[in-house]
Amino acid sequence: MINPYEIFETINMISHENLDIRTITLGISLRDCAHPDMDTLCTLIYDKITTVGGNLVRTGEAIEREYGIPIINKRISVTPIAMVAESSEGDFVKVARALDRAAKELGINFIGGYSALVHKGYTTGDTRLIESIPEALATTERVCASVNVATTKAGINMDAVAHMGRVIKKAAALSADRDSIACTKLVVFANAPEDNPFMAGAFHGIGEPESVINVGVSGPGVVYNALKKLGPDADFSEVAELIKKTAFKITRMGQLVATEASKRLGIPFGVVDLSLAPTPVVGDSVALILEAMGLERCGAHGTTAALALLNDAVKKGGVMASSHVGGLSGAFIPVSEDSGMVDAVRAGALSLEKLEAMTCVCSVGLDMIAVPGDTPDYTLSAIIADEAAIGVVNNKTTAVRIIPVCGKKAGDAVEFGGLLGGGVIMPVNKFSGQVFIERGGRIPAPIHSLRN
Amino acid sequence: MRAVITVIGTDRVGIIAGVSAILADANVNILDITQTTMQGLFTMIMLVDISKSNIDFEHLSSRLSAKGDELGLKIRVQHEDIFKSMHEI
Repeated sequence: MINPYEIFETINMISHENLDIRTITLGISLRDCAHPDMDTLCTLIYDKITTVGGNLVRTGEAIEREYGIPIINKRISVTPIAMVAESSEGDFVKVARALDRAAKELGINFIGGYSALVHKGYTTGDTRLIESIPEALATTERVCASVNVATTKAGINMDAVAHMGRVIKKAAALSADRDSIACTKLVVFANAPEDNPFMAGAFHGIGEPESVINVGVSGPGVVYNALKKLGPDADFSEVAELIKKTAFKITRMGQLVATEASKRLGIPFGVVDLSLAPTPVVGDSVALILEAMGLERCGAHGTTAALALLNDAVKKGGVMASSHVGGLSGAFIPVSEDSGMVDAVRAGALSLEKLEAMTCVCSVGLDMIAVPGDTPDYTLSAIIADEAAIGVVNNKTTAVRIIPVCGKKAGDAVEFGGLLGGGVIMPVNKFSGQVFIERGGRIPAPIHSLRN
Repeated sequence: MRAVITVIGTDRVGIIAGVSAILADANVNILDITQTTMQGLFTMIMLVDISKSNIDFEHLSSRLSAKGDELGLKIRVQHEDIFKSMHEI
């Protein structure tokens, strides 16, 4: 019989420490839906998603019941729509609405892949898609968009960086009545992964199979509670070892659920994303983990080092627990979704600049950051350029999901609701990067991209 | 398929009888049973075989959960693989 202490450890993690599977994400290729007529394309897309994904929610719920582990989200990612709809005449927003309808029909909260990959330049489909993003996000509920503007191999497409600043501003204006919520569904990437199960940046990459199951795990609360028990006298070797062991256990849950979902749906398993993804629930916070390591507040000097240790230990512990690892894999620091981060911002401990430094050593980038509504588009673009540079030079994924909340200024409260959380508007540097951004062109790929 | 039933709460008369009656009624075989007190709470773990169960997992789970409510305890039933996968390599 299994050790009773181990049984109760698992139950305690689930019932008291917010251990859950954050998402089962079903990736679906829409490449075979391409059609010259936009309305026909939309019908083909809707039919394919609702057919392939028809059992996703039911299967996820059955696994939840039988294993007793919550699976918070069941989601779908699709082929970047810029490619799928490129040959169709008409308005791209129709596709966004078809995706939204399909998501509603299936009972899933987000569908990702209203996306374009433009790290080296635009095709006509990319231009049409990016131009349509503000209206698409403001007039749908569940559609998520992403644009990849840089890769280590290609460098940074600064025209796209400049463009995305304007797109974000427009999306914010079109959803001004709802705290500019459209921007919470838009990610600007460097080195975007093709198998990421997490929203808003998930899309079904062009190297992916017809359909695939990717799973994202969670569990900041479990790591936090384990560290609390360890106490302040433990040295960093002990801290790292404890996080590794905890990450292993968390990831094993992800692997089990991924394997089971794959078997039941008859869809191949892709990857487990080894992530610590916080939620607004108190205690389910990456910031609290960093503070449990001995920092008075997340954002204090030492935060970057603490996050580097955490991120590395999560990967080392998780990698042996899963047969295939991918996606973003690392600790997430989405400010509005992490109550500890929000508290740190309120206390004046955590600034945009510190967050930027933190993104050098963890997964993703400046995530879910609300800034004043009057932040100029070129400043948003400059923030994106800085993040992209970090990703490109360090050969890692970085992203920006920033919300210039219309009508609000630094220090004001903001509320997006649900998993997106809320918080406080962070100030941005007032000095201009306008001339820099308006140069346009491409920042060349770094020398270490030449690895052949 | 084997499942683990866990009971956590305050000790009282009739816990094992109540749970066992539901299992017998559902044709679920008890393979192993252990009980102990952890952090002042009564805890019982049963390993059961549900492959010949005459009701589906969801119904078994809700019957046990209802019995738990009646006795003032938390009763869960979970596929044993969740514990195995987390604690065994």
